Amino acid sequence: MTYFENIRSQVPALSAKVKGKDLVYLDNAATAQRPESVIRLFDRCCLEANANIHRAVHTLSAEATRLYEEGRRAVAEFINAPCRECVVFTSGTTASVNLVANSMARGGMLGKGDVVLLSEAEHHSNLVPWQMAAQFTGARIEYVPVDDSGRLRMDVLDALLAKGGVKLLALAHISNVLGIVNPIAEVTAKAHKVGALVLIDGAQGIVHEKVDVQEIDCDFYVFSGHKVYTVPGTGILYGKPEILEALPPFMGGGDMVETVSYGGFSATALPLKFEAGTPNFAAVATYVPALEFARSLEGNQVKTYMKGMTDYLFDELGKLGGCRIYGSNGEDKAPLISFVTEGAHHADIAQLLDAQGVAVRSGLMCAEPLITERFGQSGMLRVSLAPYNNPEECQKFIKALEKALAMLR
Amino acid sequence: MTIEETEKKIVDEFSAFEDWMDKYEYLIELGSELEIIAPELKTPERLIKGCQSRVWLGAENRNGAIHLSADSDAIITKGIISLLIRVFQDRTPEEILSAKLDFIDQIGLRQNLSPTRANGLVSMIEQIRAYALSWAK
Ligand SMILES: Cc1ncc(COP(=O)(O)O)c(C=O)c1O
Repeated sequence: MTYFENIRSQVPALSAKVKGKDLVYLDNAATAQRPESVIRLFDRCCLEANANIHRAVHTLSAEATRLYEEGRRAVAEFINAPCRECVVFTSGTTASVNLVANSMARGGMLGKGDVVLLSEAEHHSNLVPWQMAAQFTGARIEYVPVDDSGRLRMDVLDALLAKGGVKLLALAHISNVLGIVNPIAEVTAKAHKVGALVLIDGAQGIVHEKVDVQEIDCDFYVFSGHKVYTVPGTGILYGKPEILEALPPFMGGGDMVETVSYGGFSATALPLKFEAGTPNFAAVATYVPALEFARSLEGNQVKTYMKGMTDYLFDELGKLGGCRIYGSNGEDKAPLISFVTEGAHHADIAQLLDAQGVAVRSGLMCAEPLITERFGQSGMLRVSLAPYNNPEECQKFIKALEKALAMLR
Repeated sequence: MTIEETEKKIVDEFSAFEDWMDKYEYLIELGSELEIIAPELKTPERLIKGCQSRVWLGAENRNGAIHLSADSDAIITKGIISLLIRVFQDRTPEEILSAKLDFIDQIGLRQNLSPTRANGLVSMIEQIRAYALSWAK
């Protein structure tokens, strides 16, 4: 077995059939398929350690708590967080951003006339919570544009930061549409110079880039477990410890309090201060095998392999004619390609690809303003690769797309 | 032909195709034969909500029979509407309101469409029923 066959063999869902055809799963940016190690541990947590965490004295609860905290340790190590306590479990990227936006608004860290700086290419998860916070606080949102190749306009970023008033900059590490790796360490340094906090939406970045939160120096880094090979409902909010300390909790409930009386409450210490209620304890422990799997995919061999497939797709889509790619190729391009097909509707293409076993994303991809206002399209198609995909699947996709286009044009 | 007979005919036609690619090919063919709604009728009120593609559906009352026309920017969607129109075209409101529409499940359309498209299909049927209701005696 080759190195890459071995990787693929660890992911059972890939051998599924769809409409009688071999599944070609190219929607990894929406959710990744899981290795067997994750599925096994998830099973074991349900079978042998199902008890509520942090609460009871009994053995099962202690075991569930231990497994949960193992998950936290694995995440902290994976992103090189300075401590375990600055890794907070949420339900996903969306919940993490909402937590920060709400807590900042409540804590008076955003107010009338303050500016929240976003890019034009944010996922709704890193856009709508800020629009809501702006409504609530009277803060204003400004957008850093992207150029026609999909790159962030650093000159405009500089100008907007220089104008003053920026309290927070929230930026995708990698846009889920454009697939361009933003220079987040450089951007963070610029924002810090004017005293702004920085939140990085790492939903895609955590998958394709090596993340060291101390090196990036961002104040918050957020992502979703289901995109890094574990199960849904396992989001992460990393925050610098001193900043999380200063931030008031957003949700109240069990586990997040030190004491409660009829007259009021006092919040407990990090990280539980932000983890009100029963979290997804059945799943969090699976971060351990999931991130082990992710670790095994780091390194140049995988990078080269992914780049090869990405370049192949760029070439072939170029040859097909009438396919327009948004987010051009380059050293900073993740294996995630969005495009439109002239003369054929994205929904039709996706349907005909599905009939051939090929799973891709289509539509507005939770980035409606980017697709409609910035690029003037009604929707796009997106292929996104994982290291368990292979060149034959890329070929199958291109053949299937050719066939679909021939039927539709 | 009654509504039920038309439905049966459609089910027979579809049963000739094994592969979904062939069924879609047929839907695409039907889509290109759709009676297109007049451009001035493509108004926001006739735009159906809940579809991934845009769909307009218009109806007029021609001496007690409902005459439908539609359009969409996606061709498979046009094919699906054209099936619905074939079943409902020039029927009375009473006929439309009492139709059970078993053919949609029988040809596997609902199960095989993406959930957004399946919702869109339901919205189209509801819209046709709403037209029928407004003209029912
Ligand atoms: C860049 C980006 N941000 C945010 C999200 C939202 O993630 P979730 O739906 O898991 O909260 C996604 C995933 O769809 C994404 O790709």
